Amino acid sequence: MILVIAEARDGRLNRATWETLAAVQPLGDPITIVLPGAAPLAALGQELAEAAVAEVVLLESPALELYTPDGYTAALTPIIEELSPSLVALPHTYQTRDLAPKIAARMDRALVTDVTAVKPGAAAQEGPIFVRPMFQGKLTADVVMQGPAPHFVTFQVGAFRAEQAARGASPAPSRVIGPTGERGAIRQQPEAPFREAKQAVDLTQAERIVAVGRGIKEQAHIAMAQQLADALGAEIAASRPICDAGWLPMDRQVGSSGQTVSPKLYVALGISGAIQHLVGMKGSQVVVAINKDPDAPIFEVADFGIVGDLFDIVPALTNALKS
Amino acid sequence: MKIAVCIKQVPTRDWQPRIDDRGAWIRDADATYEMNEPDAYALEEALRLKEAHGGEVVVCSAGPARVAQVLREALARGADRAIHVQHDDLTRADGFALAGVLAEAMAAERFDLILTGLQSDDQGLAQTGVILAERLGLPHATIVMDVQIEKSSLRVKRELEGGWFQWVTLPLPALLTIQSGINQLRYATLKGIMAAKKKEIRTTSPSAAVSARLKVVKLYAPEKVKRTEIIPGPPADAARTLVQRLRDTARVV
Repeated sequence: MILVIAEARDGRLNRATWETLAAVQPLGDPITIVLPGAAPLAALGQELAEAAVAEVVLLESPALELYTPDGYTAALTPIIEELSPSLVALPHTYQTRDLAPKIAARMDRALVTDVTAVKPGAAAQEGPIFVRPMFQGKLTADVVMQGPAPHFVTFQVGAFRAEQAARGASPAPSRVIGPTGERGAIRQQPEAPFREAKQAVDLTQAERIVAVGRGIKEQAHIAMAQQLADALGAEIAASRPICDAGWLPMDRQVGSSGQTVSPKLYVALGISGAIQHLVGMKGSQVVVAINKDPDAPIFEVADFGIVGDLFDIVPALTNALKS
Repeated sequence: MKIAVCIKQVPTRDWQPRIDDRGAWIRDADATYEMNEPDAYALEEALRLKEAHGGEVVVCSAGPARVAQVLREALARGADRAIHVQHDDLTRADGFALAGVLAEAMAAERFDLILTGLQSDDQGLAQTGVILAERLGLPHATIVMDVQIEKSSLRVKRELEGGWFQWVTLPLPALLTIQSGINQLRYATLKGIMAAKKKEIRTTSPSAAVSARLKVVKLYAPEKVKRTEIIPGPPADAARTLVQRLRDTARVV
């Protein structure tokens, strides 16, 4: 069987949990979902029970109200040991990045992260092949896991479609369990999540976006990109390194740590297309990439591309739009 | 305060990927290498903490002989000494293998604080730091954007998704994985480079065979998800063609 660890915050399921279900359902094994959290989890349990799965387990404990790696590891490890699945699947969220390696290390089992597809293995004993990006998305790897089960897998957010998760004909049975095993001390004391000074720019509402990456080289060159944005009636945005450098404010950042956008037009200037950026913009209707490197991963998601020096192409593009 | 920073040597950002004849790894010998970027931020954070609170910064890396280059660079930036776990089998090691050999080499040092980047720019597994914490029995926090030291504890700002953050307090000793952009990087000065030549790099070997949990069976160029029209020609012509496509074909301008 396959165990899916669901993720919820503030009484809402993370949509990526449904993506994880969509990823593992085609493997054909019976699926159990476990949702850790503070009571009552019944409403979320009902929602999860709509999925075509064998069982939903609600793991309720006051210690699980706010996520901590110690608390979640102590609560989840005994359940995984008891259910003894062949595979434990999670969405590759920031919470999972904090949690999954710890549980896998505690149980001394293999973990493959940021998976985008699953293929049948060459031999039954080797198990399925997990497909994932490597080298900043420049290459793709087929990976197999070694050593005893359970094996752990995390799925890249956005790689599977939540609406493709199969729903059951009737609700799956669900049960509530309290914390099992011994409750170790939780060493992390978390405070409530917060947002920095409110977002001045809502890029999610922009119809067109011009985004700049490392290829822009200097802060002074942002003006050139801004002129193109003005000519297009677009908002200016950036990949993470540009905002880290302080060349554009953080609220202009697109990607897993910034905003997720889906405009009609997304123009990527000098952005190589690391996966952390792609997850924030690949829902765009039309993507244009301008980059000197013909092998840059951004071209994989681009509808139109120009390979060349953006310092020649961008002013030419601004001119062409004005005529 | 005794601070360790785990750094990894990875192919440079402008490296053009070349796959080896067996199709399961890159052509190592052809690649050029540099310090993994998130690890460079972890190193910078460690140097700043030492400047503010005193102590020692020790850089640690696991990999083949070439890894000494990034350790030297870290020493030139201001780290005090280095530990190199050296073995050719560590070239393509996964997080399990790396954390295992690092834990073995680092345990006796009893560091107060261990920092590392949140993930590597080569395999990008984002596992080594957390597994290392578990192996050493330390509490951890990942994707950290601010570090405040308060006597025997730490208060750190963790980045969550979509512009959310969270403060977490944890006791020392502890391990943190650092997000890129937490600080502004310094570069080595000539004086630093000269001083680094006198600093110690202790080389150790893993006590047992390096055992990985993940096996790459095939490595290949990504499959395209979209059909991309690459517009050729000189800049002015390509720009005109692109504008025409956006206006008439895609109708988004």
